[in-house]
Amino acid sequence: MAVITEPAAKTGRDNRLASSQTRRGRPRGLPLALNAVSIALGIGVWWALAALGVKVPQPIEVVSRARDLLADGTLENDILVSLGRVLAGFVLGTAVAIPVGFLMGWYGVVRGLVEPWIQFFRTIPPLAIIPLAIVLMGIDEAPKIFVIFLAAFLACVISTFQGVVSVDRTLINAARVLGTRDAGIFARVVVPASTPFILVGMRVGLGSAWATLVAAELIAAQQGLGYRMQNAQLYYDLPTIFVGLISIGILGLLMDRVLLVAERRLTGWQERR
Amino acid sequence: MTTSNSPRPGTQAAKISVQAVTKTFSLGRQTFTALDQVSLDIADNEFVTVVGPSGCGKSTLLNILAGLEEPTEGQAIVDGTPVSGPGPERGVIFQQYALFPWLTVRKNVEFGLKTARVPKAERRERADYFIRMVGLEDFADALPKMLSGGMRQRCAIARAYAVNPSILLMDEPFGALDALTRVKLQEQLLDTWSKEQRTVMFITHDVDEAVFLANRVVVMAARPGRIYDVIDVDLPYPRSEEFRLSPEFAALRNRVWHSVYHQDGTTPSSPPALTTA
Repeated sequence: MAVITEPAAKTGRDNRLASSQTRRGRPRGLPLALNAVSIALGIGVWWALAALGVKVPQPIEVVSRARDLLADGTLENDILVSLGRVLAGFVLGTAVAIPVGFLMGWYGVVRGLVEPWIQFFRTIPPLAIIPLAIVLMGIDEAPKIFVIFLAAFLACVISTFQGVVSVDRTLINAARVLGTRDAGIFARVVVPASTPFILVGMRVGLGSAWATLVAAELIAAQQGLGYRMQNAQLYYDLPTIFVGLISIGILGLLMDRVLLVAERRLTGWQERR
Repeated sequence: MTTSNSPRPGTQAAKISVQAVTKTFSLGRQTFTALDQVSLDIADNEFVTVVGPSGCGKSTLLNILAGLEEPTEGQAIVDGTPVSGPGPERGVIFQQYALFPWLTVRKNVEFGLKTARVPKAERRERADYFIRMVGLEDFADALPKMLSGGMRQRCAIARAYAVNPSILLMDEPFGALDALTRVKLQEQLLDTWSKEQRTVMFITHDVDEAVFLANRVVVMAARPGRIYDVIDVDLPYPRSEEFRLSPEFAALRNRVWHSVYHQDGTTPSSPPALTTA
């Protein structure tokens, strides 16, 4: 899996046609091979450290713990619970952030009214809201989903807003001189032109939603990956902590890949440098 | 200087009439006069080029006619009606092409037709006609990022033509292109214009281009932006390479050149002398 986002293609300014007809991009095999080598090396270092007596479990111990946790269904359940929370918060957060970001970018009044609150809440880490959320919403799912919602919303609203205000003035004028009115300009120019910004916002939002989720589960939960790690800590159960950490990393990476593919498909029209 | 120009003899009421238009901008505490009492009439199906140094307000004049900017004083009249906002009867072609990068060539050309709620089949037919006219039929499904600068501008010209405007306002459309492409596009533009007659106001800073294309060259001066001279190009179309190399062309070009580069009172004075210790 190529972990680094590489630019899609190096299209030369003067030679656009030729370069777009020939095979785009560099050979794919090499970065993939490098990624694989890097992962293997990392595991090797880990294994060596464990063998040298550093207090980490052997990779093999972690694998067998993962097998045990999968066999009794704990890991699957924890993953499902955690994913459910993060998706609920993330979907709600972006669903609110995108219209709010558009309104802020399009109407100066909305921007003036909403912006101070967003800037204010942005300076508070969502985790700092947890004590308040627990007191107000109980120890159910609600406070966890709420803080995840907040994290995703804040990340996504800012970039949607940025996307709308940075739409090229000339494109709006081009639509206007073709007779297009405000509603049409919004739907046919502003929305597509700000899609790249929104997708970047969604990726950042997903990242911070995921980070917030795990922390929220560490503080107050009865199941989920964060809870499992917190619980393992009490029993000095290092392999379980490792299983949790690796699961979180892999899931986060997979979700980011999904959004990256969406981004490539929806914003392939962009000229990349 | 205030110059008023009536349409060429033999034409009736002007298609475009700019009447004592003044446009000022305030930059901090200073006021900057982009256009000072500019009056200009353009006849139906006339091809007028506007040439002048940067800062002479030529783009501002075009934007006022397009309805993208409002004059501070005076008014612009098109077909007997004062301009109040943009409209599809006045097509605009921008220097930066302004193609929608997420739409293919065909979808770009169809954009204005979709706004006008033209049915799909007819939309496609019209778009294809104008795409063929500018010679982009092999690239109808390509995205703008795959096109060269010249092809992008041809697509923009097709897009402007597709909504059937009676006026084309062109703001240095070939300014960003290399000299060879520019010459080719000038000839193609005249070819298109002879097939599909429109009233054209074409802004440029290139004297050759101004003379080659126009019925009439309007020379503007800067600080404040005003019309400095109007030069008729009474030479027949179609114009080709032969025309470009003819002595008549050279003579006119010299006249316009002098008018642009030797405007009274605008010759740059020498910079203040450096005092060395």
